[in-house]
Amino acid sequence: MKVLVAVKRAIDPNVKVRVKADGSDVELNGVKMALNPFCEIAVEEAIRLKEKGLASEVVVVSVGTSAAQEQLRTALALGADRAVLVETNALLEPLNVAKYLSKVIDQEKPQLILFGKQAIDQENNQVGQMVAQLIGSGQATYASAINHVDWQWVVEREVDGGSQVVALAMPAVVTCDLRLNQPRYASLPNIMKAKKKPLEIIAADTLGASVKEHARLLGVVPPAVRKAGINVGSVAELVDKLKNVAGVI
Amino acid sequence: MTILVIAEHDNKVLAPATLNTVAAAAKIGGDVHVLVAGQGASAVAEAAAKIAGVAKVLSADNAAYAHQLPENIAPLVAELGKGYSHILAAATSNGKNILPRVAAALDVDQISEIISVESADTFKRPIYAGNAIATVQSNAAVKVITVRATGFDPVAAEGGSAAIEAVGAAHDAGISSFVNEELAKSDRPELTAAKIVVSGGRGMQNGDNFKHLYALADKLGAAVGASRAAVDAGFVPNDMQVGQTGKIVAPQLYIAVGISGAIQHLAGMKDSKVIVAINKDEEAPIFQVADYGLVADLFEAIPELEKLV
Repeated sequence: MKVLVAVKRAIDPNVKVRVKADGSDVELNGVKMALNPFCEIAVEEAIRLKEKGLASEVVVVSVGTSAAQEQLRTALALGADRAVLVETNALLEPLNVAKYLSKVIDQEKPQLILFGKQAIDQENNQVGQMVAQLIGSGQATYASAINHVDWQWVVEREVDGGSQVVALAMPAVVTCDLRLNQPRYASLPNIMKAKKKPLEIIAADTLGASVKEHARLLGVVPPAVRKAGINVGSVAELVDKLKNVAGVI
Repeated sequence: MTILVIAEHDNKVLAPATLNTVAAAAKIGGDVHVLVAGQGASAVAEAAAKIAGVAKVLSADNAAYAHQLPENIAPLVAELGKGYSHILAAATSNGKNILPRVAAALDVDQISEIISVESADTFKRPIYAGNAIATVQSNAAVKVITVRATGFDPVAAEGGSAAIEAVGAAHDAGISSFVNEELAKSDRPELTAAKIVVSGGRGMQNGDNFKHLYALADKLGAAVGASRAAVDAGFVPNDMQVGQTGKIVAPQLYIAVGISGAIQHLAGMKDSKVIVAINKDEEAPIFQVADYGLVADLFEAIPELEKLV
């Protein structure tokens, strides 16, 4: 059984982003990039399925510029078998990314397609769901456990009030939440081995997906700055401020 | 322009987030219709009909919609949605699960978690864990949008008298099924709608110590939240997590106890009106966003605070 994992090159989660002076976008020049943390969880889950003997092959796919090869190599070092980069310099709108990915899925025919639940840069939380719709599959978003029972994927999901379990026919799309697993680190020998693993580059416009621009970014501003607060000396003073100054209790 | 709002509900009760979503629809302007898709959800449809400013309620009552499975609901919304200028849902786990499928079915992009409406096609939304606010203009024929509840004051739940129209369409994709669910039971206010939220972090040390926060919360009529550290350590269940990947809250008062204030946590609470931080580490980043900071041992401060409020 083949598992396909979609991954994204995104800003390192520990970087504090800055808005460009001209307000056109955030500053990404010279900023440290990494594998999106939720994608790391998805890769880890695929490798665990392989270690359990459930998956025979793990293919990682990314849509983006040629720089995303670095993140695909990271996924290979973690244990993926081969990688595919759909190369494009265009802005990565979720529906267009989903269309490219669904073309790759048509070719690869995996039984499970794993995503992170969202990318920490644009925070759209859309691509997995869109791919599921485009390929006509069932979906389980925000997964905290994935099991394979009687030719179905049985997935526990994190929902607002607690947790929910759904069963999906194969092939299925699952997007991974924080608590699905704890991703491993790549060992040095595995990083060396990953350099020899196959990484195929496909030009996005050769996939025959009908993409178009759906939205325009008009500008970006930093969030409103909170007025500096004060430190109080005691609990009594705090209660007094909350009651008599802020009026919130 | 006519706007379709997808009601958030559990077949019995209309969730408050629907009122914030209708408020966003009212800002866009035009007639507002509400879709209640579920099973045996007539009480929800009746509640939706009473929302101020709602012109019509569409009620799709079918076993296939009982558990809000996106494979079944998305084709329904896409089919109904073709005649609308906008389709809106709250950015809840349901809304976020269903709406991107609807957008893909309509061959349009979706705009996630808007916090303000600039015009009928232009919206503001936070990106990079709330560290930047983007203004985006959509050229989609149907604008498919999820709404961050804290960005919009809810409309009145009473005052409307919309007609309820039954929708016959039944979509059952047959590729997914509901197995079961476990929902946390709590008598306290719902986290995302509470006026006061008391949250604990790693500094609480263990799950048992959260009882101090529960006691304080009960005195204040507050909801209790947590940081990712407290959830990952198993102190409390994950539906209590406030932050970029948990719930986004903006109460009148947010009390952060034993929480350092990582970027990802701040993303979920920094729009609160008044923030109080109680932490023994005076260097903790939480103090940079707190209106009132108290450098103290929480195990002394919290019981004292509970006595004084």
